[in-house]
Amino acid sequence: MPNIQRLKNLSGQAHIVGVGESNKLGKVPEKSPLAHHSEAAINALNDAGMQMSDVDALFTAGWSTLDVGEYLGIQPRYTDSTSVGGSSFVIHVAHALAAIAAGYCEVALITHGQSGRSDRAPIPRNPGTPMAQYEAPYGILGPPVSYAMAARRYMHQYGEDRTRQAMAEIAISTRKWANLNPMAYFKDVPATFDDYHDSRWVAWPFHLLDCCLVTDAGAAIVITTPERAKDAKNGSVTILGAGEGHDHSGISQMPDLTRAFGRNTGPQALEMAGVTHSDLDLAMIYDSFTYTVLVSLENLGFCEPGEGPDLVASQRTAPGGDFPLNTNGGGLSYTHPGMYGIFTVVEAARQLRGQAGERQLEDCNLAVAHGTGGLLSSTGTVVLGAN
Amino acid sequence: MTNTTPKPEPLPQPESDRYWEGLKNEEIWLQRSKATGKFQFYPRQISISDPESGSCGVEWVQVSGNAELFTFSIVHAAPHMGWVGETPYITALVQLEEDVIVPTNIVGIEPEPEALQIGMALKPVFDHNEGRQTLLKFTPA
Repeated sequence: MPNIQRLKNLSGQAHIVGVGESNKLGKVPEKSPLAHHSEAAINALNDAGMQMSDVDALFTAGWSTLDVGEYLGIQPRYTDSTSVGGSSFVIHVAHALAAIAAGYCEVALITHGQSGRSDRAPIPRNPGTPMAQYEAPYGILGPPVSYAMAARRYMHQYGEDRTRQAMAEIAISTRKWANLNPMAYFKDVPATFDDYHDSRWVAWPFHLLDCCLVTDAGAAIVITTPERAKDAKNGSVTILGAGEGHDHSGISQMPDLTRAFGRNTGPQALEMAGVTHSDLDLAMIYDSFTYTVLVSLENLGFCEPGEGPDLVASQRTAPGGDFPLNTNGGGLSYTHPGMYGIFTVVEAARQLRGQAGERQLEDCNLAVAHGTGGLLSSTGTVVLGAN
Repeated sequence: MTNTTPKPEPLPQPESDRYWEGLKNEEIWLQRSKATGKFQFYPRQISISDPESGSCGVEWVQVSGNAELFTFSIVHAAPHMGWVGETPYITALVQLEEDVIVPTNIVGIEPEPEALQIGMALKPVFDHNEGRQTLLKFTPA
């Protein structure tokens, strides 16, 4: 089991000093996934006031650090290719904290790049894996089908109508935030509750507006020691708490379709940070689907199981509401290239540094970023604090 | 337009050959832990309720396939070219009498939410495809 006392000693021993996206998000057929990695890396390093030659540790998922390091022309002394789906990059933040505190490295670069919409190569699959043997032949493949079956079970346990209303609330409030983000895919496309209910079925109970975008995008994060963070060009954010883990791969093996691993990573991250839910000013929750947000908020402990629909009621999570959620517009309305998790940390860092433009929260000192990967399989949670 | 893209074909592994061979004969074989009596799906080299006994800890047992609907989705957007022209179709997780969850399709019923009730009784259907593995599907009992 995690040693909370040692984790508390680790809290705060590394800072995020740079974040960035690739130059263009959305439909970008003219750029490869590795091009997105490289653009985002340069933008994050510029944000930190650093150069590629400062980097001595590389973290990525989807791609091997071998490929990304070679493409960037760097020779890292510490690397981590932990790849457990879209939560991986949130987990990398925690791993970078531990590696820096242990002395393995001083400047950690986390990169992401994916052409979910325009990639020229299909994703290769091994037909002998358990998921390929027992789920894929039945058309249980790709995220919407699996998450939809989990959502249907939640409806059975906690009520179909209130679950439906909660999913609509999340879709619409997230779109309102996207309307304030110049980088958002749906920047200029408002959506109403009628639009939600009228949108086509993807995999019942999911409407189209329950589902994330499929885009081309990249992002990167630079993390360093508290000492070097003093020189950060645009300020820094302290990494206060973290948790990670997983409990299945395929959806049919999930121990409880209404309780993901955030039930462990959320409480651990908050305890390590020494904070409680009421201290948090911002929740950045991976929204592959509206249901992912609903179940994640419960898992993290913002409310009891089954109470999520009350938590997100009446547009509390929209701009101007008292529970700011996914202020970049999320995977639902900003960007979602396939493994979106890194963008939750990028936005949290911007809000905590007061650099979120029109969507900037008035008083943002403490944020939680929570990634979910695979088929509700893995989670990574970090608690970040303003300096 | 006829869809000619094949659906993904499972590739049985040494520990799952018996499961897939059983389906060809319209038999359902599951693994059970000798020590705990717990069934598991899918077949593994070890029992996950008694891993220390290794491969000696599991035995194969033929079961009825009687099941209840645990959850489902009605898929409208084909997730793979193999299903283009075959939507909507019903995916489900069903709970066998032996307390294991099995991913499957529900067939012989309209793909409408109103036609499906969680907890409804189901029985197995063996879907034989020429030159391909037999799939275990379910229909209302």
